[in-house]
Amino acid sequence: MPGIVHDNVLTVPSAPPIETRITRLRNFWSDYCRSPIAVVALVVILVLLFVSFGAPLVSPQDPYDMAALDWLDAFLRPGDIGSGGYVHILGTDNAGRDMLSAIFYGLQTSFIIGLSAGALALLIGVTIGLCAAYFRGWVETVLMRIVDLQLSMPAILLALVLVAVLGQGVPQIIGALVVAQYAYFARTTHGAATVERGKDYIEAAQSTPLPTSRVLFAHLLPNVLPPLIVVATVQVASAIALEATLSFLGVGLPLTEPSLGSLISNGFKYIHSDRYWLSIYPGVFLMVTVVAINLVGDQVRTVLDPRNAR
Amino acid sequence: MFGFLAQRLFQAIIVVFAMSIIVFVGVYAIGNPIDVLIDPGATAEIRDNLIRQYGLDQPLWRQYLTFLGNVAQGDLGKSMVYNISVVDLVFSRLPATLELVLVSVVIATVIGIPAGLYAGYRPNGIAAKAIMALSVLGFSVPTFWIGMLLIMLFAVNLGWLPSGGRGEVGTIFGIPTSLATANGWSHVIMPAINLSLFKMGLLIRLSRAGMVEAMNTDYVKFARAQGLPDGQIVFRHILRNISIPIVTVFGLELGSTLAFAVVTESVFTWPGVGKLIIDSILQLDRPVMVSYLIMVVILFVQINLSVDIVYARLDPRVRLKGGK
Repeated sequence: MPGIVHDNVLTVPSAPPIETRITRLRNFWSDYCRSPIAVVALVVILVLLFVSFGAPLVSPQDPYDMAALDWLDAFLRPGDIGSGGYVHILGTDNAGRDMLSAIFYGLQTSFIIGLSAGALALLIGVTIGLCAAYFRGWVETVLMRIVDLQLSMPAILLALVLVAVLGQGVPQIIGALVVAQYAYFARTTHGAATVERGKDYIEAAQSTPLPTSRVLFAHLLPNVLPPLIVVATVQVASAIALEATLSFLGVGLPLTEPSLGSLISNGFKYIHSDRYWLSIYPGVFLMVTVVAINLVGDQVRTVLDPRNAR
Repeated sequence: MFGFLAQRLFQAIIVVFAMSIIVFVGVYAIGNPIDVLIDPGATAEIRDNLIRQYGLDQPLWRQYLTFLGNVAQGDLGKSMVYNISVVDLVFSRLPATLELVLVSVVIATVIGIPAGLYAGYRPNGIAAKAIMALSVLGFSVPTFWIGMLLIMLFAVNLGWLPSGGRGEVGTIFGIPTSLATANGWSHVIMPAINLSLFKMGLLIRLSRAGMVEAMNTDYVKFARAQGLPDGQIVFRHILRNISIPIVTVFGLELGSTLAFAVVTESVFTWPGVGKLIIDSILQLDRPVMVSYLIMVVILFVQINLSVDIVYARLDPRVRLKGGK
């Protein structure tokens, strides 16, 4: 992917400034801030993380507490006041659940699934990619062939089948998403690590009596990290979207454990009866979350791209 | 070339076999379909008879061998829900999915490639930024939600288009298709747009990337220096050079468009293969699940194989490296 096109001007490098980790981080941050949209996206994500994980504090109602639900409150329009005496800003659903609260809690489930699936897939994928690039030979052939094969299958199909096999529930969904997504990390790690492996510092590290695991994770890994950060953000977003899709199709989470997907799925049943708020609002939150994460990932990619270096 | 071909073909066959075992074992690990099919009041005798009839009393490996033997004879089993042959069932649903995919691919290509080329041609213009923003949306917003919004807007609020189903089916060249009737078109257009968005986003990005890269190459500069008009440079020189990656991804994505049809078909209750597989997962209709999945595996392996072969034809380096 080409970035911004520069003129082919030959510049003579001046003495490089001394770089510490802190200046590097500061440079990264100031580069990142050059896109106002990306900064807004980051703020949006932080706010969403706060309202979802702080859901018990910020939401007007506990949507899991069946005792607090009142059938008389069902299908209140956005802005109506229910029996609880407060305004249901986004209305209520068929069980009298406050939509705003349900969305905050659902967002929490979506985040938990997206983040843990992303982290686990990262862990497994990176290990496989590093091993393939480091050991070469038949290890590389077998591992990467499997990865290639998996990458040629759409993640949605793979996840669909796995969820069907594993059953419904949060851990099952996370498992299915990890299996569907680790290949992206393995591919990226393998590509970057193959390049790094040929460099002198790895040879130097190998010539010392350091254990292989240390060479792999302490020397090789930090240098293949930048592209992985980008893949990780994109994969978290796609994990959240995939989970929502699975729940929407009815094979994901049941409504007793609401994620954004199951909320939308529930609302979809009432789409013809002019009760738009049941499905539109969770969908808006889902869209904003996914797009914001992708925007952040895009900007991180731009900043880390050596072609765009200052 | 022959060695390369034989090697890839061999790998493909192994993959299909391995996947068929994984799918078979995986699918058979899910619940007991007998519990779903028989009402709990049935006598033990009826139960046993049914279990024997479906061969569920056999050990798993024997069930698999029986399955393979039947597949060799073109028999993929009988749907437990519809009680007709799976092959007939899938083929009766296939035209609906294919016409949906066809229309959506045409929409994605006709809009996506020119839009991407333009965005790459004037990368800093407002139109280019808008096109790229749209492609990000097409990429990242879940298909099912966009589909739902389309239904809300065009079917529920405006009432212009039907919200689901396939509509009237006519025939073209003996193939039953909704594309033969106006009513059919009114049914197909919304799901097709929905399905096309992801692919459109991809095509926009690819053709933009190719265009940006090509604009900076020597041959384009040279063509410019010659005083060729821009239109000619773009269509005669650049498009030719950037078409290979676009065509590759296009081919690869054809398979995943078929897969994504699962989501779109569910949203628009389109009676295609995708809806069939979701229904069969929900109803634990094992023979349908297994057959569909194995067909999908074969489809993807075949697509990959074709891409490999086309690459080897186009690029001798691939051929030499792979044939060793």
